[in-house]
Parts: sequence; C-alpha cells; structure tokens
Amino acid sequence: MSIFEYNGSALVAMVGKNCFAIASDRRLGVQLQTIATDFQRISKIHDRLFLGLSGLATDAQTLYQRLVFRHKLYQLREERDMKPETFANLVSAILYEKRFGPYFCQPVIAGLGDENKPFICTMDSIGAKELAKDFVVAGTASESLYGACESMFKDDMEPEELFETVSQALLSSVDRDCLSGWGGHVYVVTPTEVKERILKGRMD
Amino acid sequence: MECVFGLVGNDFAVVAADTSAVHSILVHKSNEDKIMILDSHKLIAASGESGDRVQFTEYIQKNVALYQFRNGIPLTTAAAANFTRGELATALRKNPYFVNILLAGYDKETGPSLYYIDYIATLHKVDKGAFGYGSYFSLAMMDRHYHSGMTVEEAIELVDKCIVEIRSRLVVAPPNFVIKIVDKEGAREYAWRESVKDAAVASA
Repeated sequence: MSIFEYNGSALVAMVGKNCFAIASDRRLGVQLQTIATDFQRISKIHDRLFLGLSGLATDAQTLYQRLVFRHKLYQLREERDMKPETFANLVSAILYEKRFGPYFCQPVIAGLGDENKPFICTMDSIGAKELAKDFVVAGTASESLYGACESMFKDDMEPEELFETVSQALLSSVDRDCLSGWGGHVYVVTPTEVKERILKGRMD
Repeated sequence: MECVFGLVGNDFAVVAADTSAVHSILVHKSNEDKIMILDSHKLIAASGESGDRVQFTEYIQKNVALYQFRNGIPLTTAAAANFTRGELATALRKNPYFVNILLAGYDKETGPSLYYIDYIATLHKVDKGAFGYGSYFSLAMMDRHYHSGMTVEEAIELVDKCIVEIRSRLVVAPPNFVIKIVDKEGAREYAWRESVKDAAVASA
C-alpha cells in the first residue's frame, strides 16, 4: 500500500461567484482500520484563507504547524494577512525544501484574494502547483472526485448552490473509496461570512 | 500481540493494557506494567518495541516533571499529548520510536480526555481507542457498548467484556491485563485481571 493511502483522505475545493467552497471527508484510518470519524483535514489560516491537507496524517499535522508558524511570523512583520497566492508559494517552497525526503501530503489551498476574487490551487507532495479556475481535488478519492466535479460543476454558482454541488460531488466520490468517507466537512466562504457545515453520508 | 485500549467515561478515563513481555516465542514475564503514571493526573499506556517503549515513556515522564518544576504548574493533558507527538515527529525521520501511545488525563477545567498517538506521530483526541491485534476486538466491543457519560462500573464492565473477547478470539492472546484509571482524585491502578499467575519462587 502506498504511504499516501495509509490514512485515507478526500479533499475538494470549488470556485463560485465571489465565493469558494472547500470540503473534506472525516475518516482517520490506519490502512483497513478506522480510528476516528471526526478528523479535521481543513484548517483556517486566516478568515479568507483555508488549507486542506490530504495524505499521511502525521505529515499533515507537522506541515500545518509549520505553516501556521510561518503565517504568524508574516503577520507580525507585514501587519496583514497573507494573500492566497503568496501562501501557495510558501507551501510550495516548504514542500520543495524536503525534495529528497518529502512530506507525504497533498495540500489544497483555497482563499479570497484581492477584490474578493476566489483562488484555489493544489500541489503534489514536492510542491508542484496546479492552479485551476474551477475546482481542485486531492486524496485517495481524487479520481472519483475529478469525474464528479467535472460533471457537476457550473460557472458562477451562488454560495447555496455551490454548497449543494460540492457536497454531492464529495459524498458520491467517497462512497466509491473505501479509505475515505464517514461524513463530510464543508466550508463555504464569502467575503462576509464563513459557513461551516457537517454532512452526514454513508457511515461505512 | 500487545493489546492496549482505553475509553473516556463520565468524569474519568480508563486504560487497560496486557502485561506480557514477549520476545519471539518466549514470554519473559507476564506482569510487565505498560501503563506509566506520567504525573498526578495523567496515564500513558504504551505498546510497541519494548526498549523504545520504556525509554520513550520515561523521557516524556521526566520532561513533563521538568516543566512542572520550571513553571510551577503542571502541563494540561492536551499539552502533554502535543509534546509527546512533537518528540515522536522529530525523531520520525531520523531514528523513529516504534511506540504507540494512549494518553489519558484529567484536567480540572476540561475534564477527562484520551489521546491516540500513533508511532508515526498521528495525534487525535478520541473517546475510545485501541492498539495492536486486540484492537480489532476491543474497538468492536466498545463501538457496540460505549456511550458517553459512562459510570466507572459500566466502563469497567465494558473493559472486562473487551478482555474476554481478546482472550477468547485472539490466537496468541495475552493472559493478564492491568487496568488503570484517572479522575479528579488522580491517576491510579484500578485492578489486575490475571488468568495466569507467575509461579511462586521458593524461599531460600
């Protein structure tokens, strides 16, 4: 079994009209055994920037701690929050630092940039950025997620419709993957508010 | 073959561990205590490679004590768990410790808590957790019978049910178990469950 599939994960981020949604599954497993069904894969960096980390959970936790540290330093020096594009560059640099002994994670970054323009990107475990205008996916269920998102995505969705689309794409994809699932966590972020919702899906 | 499991009850947390020290086919001793009392209100139940287990838990115990000496107040359970994870994570890519840990503790402000810490430094706060081959049986029993806010009697009954399952269904089942509990009174040994006692040594 690949080290990326040790814990199991599913992540997706989607762009809407002046908003974005980022969603993850909730399973923490050790290969075939499920340890917890309330694992948080998505963390807030600041009010308009969210980071999801798929792959090996221990590296996701270490990487998250390092990135929060770097962002807090940035906030102290620059007296402002990091732009999503800048943060993506930071994550990419930190991952490439470990080029020959990498963190076994695939991050998904989603944020609102200048003029509330939504920004999403993903990268591989050594920091190769993949910018997209519509959606990005990561995790053990990524292949199913690509298919589900491609067929369900529409341009310029309002937050409520975006939530429905992301939720349906996530749930239908994790149902085809034994290593991810046990519900979903969806964050829908607009310039004025962040709505966090928990999905109940197939609990198996 | 080492079995460790634990759960959180009403105002306490209980952990149980098998007590056999095994090398290949030989059982060195069957009363090895694998649950260390970390400080007055914390327990570390550890399983894995025996040298690493003793060395690592003692290291954590001494550092937790040092913190208390330096700062005049004890670490919270969450802080101790995160410290333990940090040490495991730092060592992971150099000289990893092959120790799985269940850290149970009681804090005055937040009550009882149980932390699952993998040997690759995956940290997660759980209500019930288990390691080893015995986890397949104890987690299943706990999934069936556990509910939040159990009394001590109910919890010990559940622990005993898990021990019975492990003894009857695991092929090389450890015969003896130790149960320790932590609540607002502190961390202490609760009971032993022995089905094989060491032969008494003849006096000189």
